[in-house]
Amino acid sequence: MSETKDNQGQLWEVFIQSKNNLPYKHVGSVHAYDKEMALQNARDAYTRRGEGRAIWVVLANAIVSSNPDDEGAFFDPADDKIYRHPTFYEMPEGVKHI
Amino acid sequence: MKEEKFDYALRMGDTCLVLSHRLAELCSKGPFLEEDIALTNISLDLLGRCELFLDYAAELEGKGRTADDLYYRRNERQYFNQLLVERPNKDYAFVIMRQFLSDAFMLPLMNDMKLSKDERFAAIAEKGHKETAYHFRHSSSWIIRLAQGTEESRKKIEEALDELWMYTGEMFEETEGDKSLAQAGMTPSNNDLKAKWLKNVKEVFDEAGLEIPGERWMDSGGRKGEHSEYLGHMIADMQYLVRAYPNDKW
Repeated sequence: MSETKDNQGQLWEVFIQSKNNLPYKHVGSVHAYDKEMALQNARDAYTRRGEGRAIWVVLANAIVSSNPDDEGAFFDPADDKIYRHPTFYEMPEGVKHI
Repeated sequence: MKEEKFDYALRMGDTCLVLSHRLAELCSKGPFLEEDIALTNISLDLLGRCELFLDYAAELEGKGRTADDLYYRRNERQYFNQLLVERPNKDYAFVIMRQFLSDAFMLPLMNDMKLSKDERFAAIAEKGHKETAYHFRHSSSWIIRLAQGTEESRKKIEEALDELWMYTGEMFEETEGDKSLAQAGMTPSNNDLKAKWLKNVKEVFDEAGLEIPGERWMDSGGRKGEHSEYLGHMIADMQYLVRAYPNDKW
């Protein structure tokens, strides 16, 4: 876990939950030396205008990411299988967050 | 009691104002982006609190002055902020130590003032306590980080403490007005505050491995409008526009 050359600490990715029960969304990143500082920096940089109720910060190098070169192999097979989409059903009343 | 309340509100407003301005001077000059934003946030919190105190002070005075008049149209001998907060910015350890010593004071002040029998003071404290809890958390973690960081950061935080400690005694002075406000349950008593302040400072210093300085001479004068040479420069900078274009609107 090396620090960046300019010594601003490690890179952390920031996720914000805007309301209870909603999923956390990625909003950006911050530099910090430790967990507490990452949390404080994320709070200061990303929740100044009431954007959130809760924050996750995750060390950027702890995230496992797909490789852009694999895009075809990973995602193309889903393109021609429209029956996997729930568009043939009528949405019952009262279902939220879809 | 009105006059005592006016003095108190003005003094608190001035302390918030001057510290807010010192932090605002660092805007775009923070050690890195995230800290720059953190300091500016704290500055804005304090500016908001200053406005609440000065609004109330102007109302209590009842002479037609507004918070803006109080903010922009007084000279340095008419400001009553604590001397601690007017100390000019130096390195980051200094900025953090000044902030920490002030936050450790504001935290119990805001907490206890929530119970004030004066509704306005209680309302200011209700909002202010949440903000200060965060400020204190921010400055405490930096005190520990710098004290336990490198040899250089340790040296700088110790120097800052050594330089600033003599401005902390004044925070707990009590005028006759302060005593009568405290007795009437309008404001927290400074004696109580001192013990709570010291406890806050000691807890963080223990974790940081810093020593509380022994008895030493304490500077004083903010309550009488007697300031260091630095405040005049700050106010000149702050009031320039209003002085150059009186009564202009934008």
